Amino acid sequence: MSQAFRVPGGVALDRARPISFTFDGVAYAGYEGDTLASALLANGVRIVGRSYKYHRPRGIVSAGPEEPNALVGVARGPGRFTPNLRATEVELTDGLVATSQNRWPSLRFDIGAISDLLAPLFGAGFYYKTFMGPNWLGPNWAWKRVYEPVVRRAAGLGTAPTAPDPDRYARYFDHCDVLVVGAGAAGLAAARAAADSGADVVLCDEAAAPGGSLLAETRATIEGRPARDWLAETLQALGAAANVRILTRTQAFGCYAQNFVGLSERLPEPALIADPTLPRERLWQMRAREVVLAAGAIERPLVFADNDRPGILLAESARRYLNLYGVKVGERVVVVTAHDSAYRAALDLASAGVAVALIADLRDEASGPLPQAARAAGIEVAVKASVHAIRGRGRIEAVRLAAHPGGMRTLACDALLMSGGWTPSVHLFSQARGKLAFDAGLEAFRPGPPVARQRSAGACNATFGLQEALAEGDAAGRAAAEAAGRSPPDPRAIPVEGAPPAAGGTLGAPLHVLGDRHARAFVDFQNDVCVKDVELAIQEGYRSIEHVKRYTTTGMATDQGKLSNMNALAIAAAVRRTSIPEVGLTTFRPPYMPVTFGAFAGPARDDLFDPARRTPIHAWAAERGAAFEDVGQWKRAWYFPRRGEGMRAAVAREGRTVRAGVGLFDASTLGKIEVVGRDAALFLERMYANAFKKLEVGRCRYGLMLTETGYLMDDGVIGRLAPDRFHVTTTTGGAARVLAQMEDYLQTEFTDLEVWLTSTTEQWATIAVQGPRARDTIAPFVEGLDLSNAAFPHMSVRDGKACGVPARVMRVSFSGELGYEINVGSAYGLDVWKALFAEAEKHGGCAYGTETMHVLRAEKGYVIVGQETDGTVTLADLGLDWAIGKAKADFVGKRSLRLAEPAREGRKQLVGLLTEDPTVVLEEGAQVTATATPPTGSSALGHITSSYPSATLGRSIALALVAGGRARVGEKLFASTAAGAVAAIVTAPCFFDPDGKRLHG
Amino acid sequence: MADPWLTPRSPLDDLSLPVGDKFALADMPPAARFVFRGAEAARAACSTAFGVALPKALGAAGSAGERAALWLGPDEWLLLAEGESAETVAAAIEAGLADVSHALVDVSHRQVALEVTGRDAARVLSAGCPLDLRTKSFPVGMATRTLFDKVDITLWRRGETDFRIEVWRSFSPWLAAALTEAARGAPAA
Amino acid sequence: MLLIPCPYCGMERPEIEFRHGGEAHVVRPPDPSAVTDEAWTDYLYFRSNPKGVYAERWRHVSGCGRFFNVVRDTVSDRILASYRAGEPRPAAPVEARR
Repeated sequence: MSQAFRVPGGVALDRARPISFTFDGVAYAGYEGDTLASALLANGVRIVGRSYKYHRPRGIVSAGPEEPNALVGVARGPGRFTPNLRATEVELTDGLVATSQNRWPSLRFDIGAISDLLAPLFGAGFYYKTFMGPNWLGPNWAWKRVYEPVVRRAAGLGTAPTAPDPDRYARYFDHCDVLVVGAGAAGLAAARAAADSGADVVLCDEAAAPGGSLLAETRATIEGRPARDWLAETLQALGAAANVRILTRTQAFGCYAQNFVGLSERLPEPALIADPTLPRERLWQMRAREVVLAAGAIERPLVFADNDRPGILLAESARRYLNLYGVKVGERVVVVTAHDSAYRAALDLASAGVAVALIADLRDEASGPLPQAARAAGIEVAVKASVHAIRGRGRIEAVRLAAHPGGMRTLACDALLMSGGWTPSVHLFSQARGKLAFDAGLEAFRPGPPVARQRSAGACNATFGLQEALAEGDAAGRAAAEAAGRSPPDPRAIPVEGAPPAAGGTLGAPLHVLGDRHARAFVDFQNDVCVKDVELAIQEGYRSIEHVKRYTTTGMATDQGKLSNMNALAIAAAVRRTSIPEVGLTTFRPPYMPVTFGAFAGPARDDLFDPARRTPIHAWAAERGAAFEDVGQWKRAWYFPRRGEGMRAAVAREGRTVRAGVGLFDASTLGKIEVVGRDAALFLERMYANAFKKLEVGRCRYGLMLTETGYLMDDGVIGRLAPDRFHVTTTTGGAARVLAQMEDYLQTEFTDLEVWLTSTTEQWATIAVQGPRARDTIAPFVEGLDLSNAAFPHMSVRDGKACGVPARVMRVSFSGELGYEINVGSAYGLDVWKALFAEAEKHGGCAYGTETMHVLRAEKGYVIVGQETDGTVTLADLGLDWAIGKAKADFVGKRSLRLAEPAREGRKQLVGLLTEDPTVVLEEGAQVTATATPPTGSSALGHITSSYPSATLGRSIALALVAGGRARVGEKLFASTAAGAVAAIVTAPCFFDPDGKRLHG
Repeated sequence: MADPWLTPRSPLDDLSLPVGDKFALADMPPAARFVFRGAEAARAACSTAFGVALPKALGAAGSAGERAALWLGPDEWLLLAEGESAETVAAAIEAGLADVSHALVDVSHRQVALEVTGRDAARVLSAGCPLDLRTKSFPVGMATRTLFDKVDITLWRRGETDFRIEVWRSFSPWLAAALTEAARGAPAA
Repeated sequence: MLLIPCPYCGMERPEIEFRHGGEAHVVRPPDPSAVTDEAWTDYLYFRSNPKGVYAERWRHVSGCGRFFNVVRDTVSDRILASYRAGEPRPAAPVEARR
């Protein structure tokens, strides 16, 4: 098909650059500068989509982001499919592949359209009324199996792509003095005034070309120049200013606290084709000191029966198609309006040779300068109009209307231009918590006093005249600059000629439509909401407009009230016989327009999603083929399989090696805090359950930290380096939490103490050397320390050297064996590890990972915070209350131990469990019960907290928290498994070397 | 006995970092680093002992030669001494503060430094740092602890287009990768 | 994202540098062993949670590290005062600025 509806003109087009594209598989031609919508109209394509609920054929209604119908999917190669794009915003590029949505098998013949005939079933709330049962096959059976899959296929918008998105998305914080949202007349004037003050100005506009209404302006002059020349000059001046940034294709989608504005910028397709490494979109998190909102206004549709037929569109949009893209929307048009602005469209179309059959004005008179100009141009104008019927289904063929003079008549036409007036775009103002005021004269909500540091200018402030909008923009720009601490330029007179005032507007539905149960008069095209749906909702008792919105779905989804809100409010007010301010407004939720997930995710995907923290020894473990596990952000070596070994075999071998000889374990991830100051010991006494004042220099203590509510929060070994200096270790996952809790008490409760805290977690690489040969392994490398039992007993700490570098050596054990932890500066960790490992190998040693560490400590009954505990476990539950400094008057959590729950008899206590069948390894988390088949509804006695096969013991072992557990030693209990209950005998929670002889070897 | 002199390693050692006028990242050489904490008397005494004035408030870092002192909090500073031995520096400071309450903790290995330079340096940092990095708000010399995305950093502006980041070592490869990616997405200046 | 004035840094900083620390001026009893269970659980668990003006703790965790207090209107999110830990809550926060 040739471009039959293309006419001369179209300032956005580059006619020297033809473009071919396909829509639903059919090839079409257009020009560079076209949008997909303008090119489709130029080619005479009228049906561009099927409606959401009724599958009615739909055409293009608008020329901007408010477009409700022309939603398309655009494919740009593998993984590059974007659904639900508005054809009015898709810039045409050569080879573009676009498809319509929500139709099967095709747009012209859509089986789903039968739902239009069944429309009586689909009234407001049909969802809630229809899909209720039957439930005799189980709760929600019918919904899950029948309705939901069918409804999901029939209703719905585009299809989400399934392949990974190959594109790059970027995200930046940004700051400016003055952010101007919207580069129409008011925004340009504001940006120019603010820029002249020297302020940092960012001007953003959602369109590819800035200019707003000026782009389609053919008659007006500004400052003595045609409006478009003024636009070009102003943009050039702004573009040349070093303190101004113009962001096109950039939507301000949300306004948050203190002028934090979300901007999403799309990059143009040709730039991406030229350089595929560019980001497809950028998300700007803009903090603006001052904001000027110049977001414009959106033309309102009229509400009449079958107002959704293809060929019926907004009047100003038709004018934009003509003046920007050289596209006539029809050969013979009828204009139906309640606002003078539609006359401009009629005049421009008539000049381009389009037959304007009639301008039917809904008002009682049409006497302004624009109606007079239309009459002078020979266009018939009639008033007191009402639309009664539309003929044509896939495309409008005629309109039946009544008007004066002329009475009721039927006019053939292939396009109908409508205008119900203009709705200011107040979304961002409202999101910034500004209160809107209803202006009864203008029949519009307009911004009241702003809450944030914002000013509204131009049409979004209900200032519609061009000269007035420019003056308001200039004033807003100057005021914003001044508020940002700049000296503003003098006010600038911006004279305008040839822009006669335009007034008028109507809201809601006329009387003959209200109450017509059969009329399909749409309020919200996108969500298929008709006048009768709003009426029904109110009849059924929904009063709040927020409830009406949800019950009918009007103004939901991407519309967010842009086209539908004011008409819906007016209808609700009419039915309730009240005023629009009484009905109130729904919330203008961000985003103003849809933002892709890619833009929000930005670079946070794959390796950049979250930092992966690796220890200094990680590379060695990776080289050795270690399996790793995630512990918070850390990657920890889990086990070191040798050739042919699975996890179980590797862990068994590692465990046996440690018990028989020596093993090396990378404990670098343990949290470490250096606590320094005169009152360091006193501070630790208050923070930990243990006593520290009498701990000798060079000795260590197993510290237990409680929450203030009395439950175990973290544990670790604490060594005294000097009277006023301690080396505190924490769990890997608890490091930040423990330091934060310490800082909290130090800064806000124990302010009498002189103590300072410094995290040293990453200062030290920590190498645990465990096993009977541990001393032999480290001895060759340690300088200046007597490693003998007498000089360096279990639970001691010494500063010395290892491999010639400063080392903090602790004699501690989490395996139950003789053990040391060698701390060296992280930069030396890998080399010291390698040296120690080479030595360990001489003693038959190996490296072991976190899994073996877990097994070894479980054999000893040592708890792991977060495994044996869950925030509701006390020291007494764990049998660790021996560690409490009984003489201390106070420590964090002490007072709570006297409360009813922590002190309750019969609490769950830590015990060992040995299955009767030693080969059965219980599941962690499994319920523990007194009988194999407990009665339904009875409580479990407890649960398994840890469970492993133990190579040392040659059988499985488990730890469990069991009610009154310590009194049950010897009892047979049952643990649930997938195969049924398994019998196990309760034991003490230590399975190996209960006297701890090996620790002191 | 193994070789008594080990070469310090950095997690950035094996990474190829971007170079160029627009944006460059560089791994800074090892330095002696300390967290110094104490009250006003300690601040004054340490300024003398370390030879660099410890700033009294948030703002420009103090520096002298290869030594610098960055304000982290009202009783907390980061002391940097590039190319020096931590033991020697610590001994000198402790000697000057024998009678003054304070805490001096060696963090030489805890963190590494990345140098961020180039015309796009501030823009790239703003991919993760929420501060206003325009020079009028973040002038040359300014140092502060802040964030890059999920990672705590200390950011020190040493020139219009020259920043130094101190970051805990395990976060540094991720940070370098995130900065490199941010440079790819930045608009042409 | 709020901008929060940090009284130690002497400037407004972005909210993501901070951690919220719950209601301010909840004092830990100086001698917990001397208070009743009821008083202790009040201290542990009960907070005022008003709609409107609220004094809350923040810690500038990715900044100067200090805890401090903020008076914020929970309806408008407007911050009316910011002051150091240990200082009394300002008698008349500047609600007049609204």
